[in-house]
Amino acid sequence: MKNNGILRILARFLIPLILLVGLYIQFHGEYSPGGGFQAGLVFSAGWILFVLIYGLKRGLDAIPLKAMYVLSAAGVLIYALTGLAGVLLGGRYLEFSDLLSNPQAAQQAGIIIVEFGVGLTVATVAMLLFTLFARRRQMWDEVLDEQALNDEEDSA
Amino acid sequence: MTLLDLMPFMMLAPLIGSGFVAVLPGRATPWAVTMLVCLSSAIIAAAVLAETLGGATMSYPFGNWPPPIGIEYRVDAANAFVAFLVAAMAAVTLLWAPKSVAVEIQGRHGTFYALFLLVVAGLLGITLTGDAFNVFVFLEISSLASYALIAYGQDRRALLAAFRYLIMGTVGATFFLIGIAFLYMVTGTLNMADLAERLPAMSDNNAVRAALAFIVVGMGLKLALLPLHLWLPNAYAYAPNFVTVFLAGTATKVALYVMLRFAFTVFGPDYSFVVLPLSTVLMVLALAGMFAGSWVAMFQIHLKRMLAYSSVAQVGYMVLGVSLATLTGLTAAFLHLFNHALIKTALFMAVGCVIYRTGSARLDDLRGLGRQMPWTLTAFALAGLSIIGVPTTVGFISKWYLVLASIEAGAWWLVVFLVITSLMALYYIWRVIEAAWFSPRPNGAAEMREAPLALLIPTWFVVSLNFYFGLDTRLTVGAARAAAGALLGDGGSAP
Repeated sequence: MKNNGILRILARFLIPLILLVGLYIQFHGEYSPGGGFQAGLVFSAGWILFVLIYGLKRGLDAIPLKAMYVLSAAGVLIYALTGLAGVLLGGRYLEFSDLLSNPQAAQQAGIIIVEFGVGLTVATVAMLLFTLFARRRQMWDEVLDEQALNDEEDSA
Repeated sequence: MTLLDLMPFMMLAPLIGSGFVAVLPGRATPWAVTMLVCLSSAIIAAAVLAETLGGATMSYPFGNWPPPIGIEYRVDAANAFVAFLVAAMAAVTLLWAPKSVAVEIQGRHGTFYALFLLVVAGLLGITLTGDAFNVFVFLEISSLASYALIAYGQDRRALLAAFRYLIMGTVGATFFLIGIAFLYMVTGTLNMADLAERLPAMSDNNAVRAALAFIVVGMGLKLALLPLHLWLPNAYAYAPNFVTVFLAGTATKVALYVMLRFAFTVFGPDYSFVVLPLSTVLMVLALAGMFAGSWVAMFQIHLKRMLAYSSVAQVGYMVLGVSLATLTGLTAAFLHLFNHALIKTALFMAVGCVIYRTGSARLDDLRGLGRQMPWTLTAFALAGLSIIGVPTTVGFISKWYLVLASIEAGAWWLVVFLVITSLMALYYIWRVIEAAWFSPRPNGAAEMREAPLALLIPTWFVVSLNFYFGLDTRLTVGAARAAAGALLGDGGSAP
């Protein structure tokens, strides 16, 4: 679709905005509507739009498949290990008030870190799901192309 | 660190572990880490069970937010019993896993074991939590991961089976969620202890009635109670053997626990079983499940499908115990919950050994195999005795308590049904034994060697547990009675 001028210009305008909105929702999630889950989905939607316009190959150049696997696991670990920090400091799991000297600031920081983990996992898993389906389509297209070639050879 | 501080790590260890295991390369390392995590989980679960058997209740507030506001883990004998079953079964089946998984799953095993750990974490989360919405979250974690695990099956039909399970499981989870939403709407709380306090004042409310109905139907789907069991046979038949072995022993049991927790603790037995006719409904469905499940199992030619239908029947036994709504009935249900996990795990392990060697689970391919794989098929026969309910096995103990409960409730005619379905079990187990030991090996069939020791030792370990707990029932009956007592409690006011 990269030959369609209108789409390309619009996408060039929209994609940075979508990514920015994703980050906004991410980092304002602790005191306004939003949070990691929504932010992750919005962010991945920006990437998916990029792939729809410029093709999967360039999308994967930006974020390789392997990075998606690692980041999706890393997000879970950020969440879990931040929770663990509370236990190590002598409190309960997911208790953040001991992380910093000011308990309110600590709660806020804890939620931001945890939500960042959520956002990371949700964004990369959504990208991963899209990639796996898109690659199937690509493989299918290759099969069809091959068949078309064979048919041409047969008729020739 | 006290035991209370450690208690949530029963669930957190697999959850945190799954993040690491997912990126581990190779095959041996992911397994070893998974094993380590599940072992530590099982040890914590055993300690928690020992602590709660005396009637103690453990409450762990997450993030140190006090319970009605924050999420708490609230563990009494009933939770601890089911959680111990799940954690211990995860560790025991993992012993069996490496050989079987090696032939069935290509490439590295990190992702596979990470999904397995997520299922374990989800199932443990469901059992431990004292928050109604949290149950739904963990239900989705364990369900989504188990759909993916089932889709790993080598047979292409595994994809369809997983998809069907996905659709039906999602319907079940949605029903459950609607039920919780109704409860939240009328009471304004999601904490189970809080719900139990506020619901008795609202017993006239139609939303509360609808909530109970939605929750029972939703969990009935995950439990594979008769008319809602359609996902189970294919899911069990086409999943990788290790996944079948693990899920058969744990997944449906956890769903039964949730149903019991809501029926007895949240709504209270007076409401579920007196105001609403839950007892009759469950009894009819349980009996129908026992018969239909056993009946269909008698005609299956695929061993795993046969055992899956037998599971539908065994779920019927458990629900039958519940439907009596007495202490003995509930004890029988909890007892069978534990015992059936041992029986079905042993049977599926033995079938897994056969599939490992022959690559087929069809009854025809089993003919004359008894002399070539004697240890495997003896294990199957002994576990078969257990599912029939021969004395000295765990199967007998569960049926004995079911009979006691039926007579105590004045429903002696249930005994007749129990005997008939046991005879049906005898028939479907006998077909396998006849094929394996009394039929000649077909001409031209390949010579089979005995299954490797790495598979046989765990199989025989579980088979021997079947006999150990069949003879020494102090632990199982004591724990089951404590669990039933915890659910019935003081009129079911607090979990």
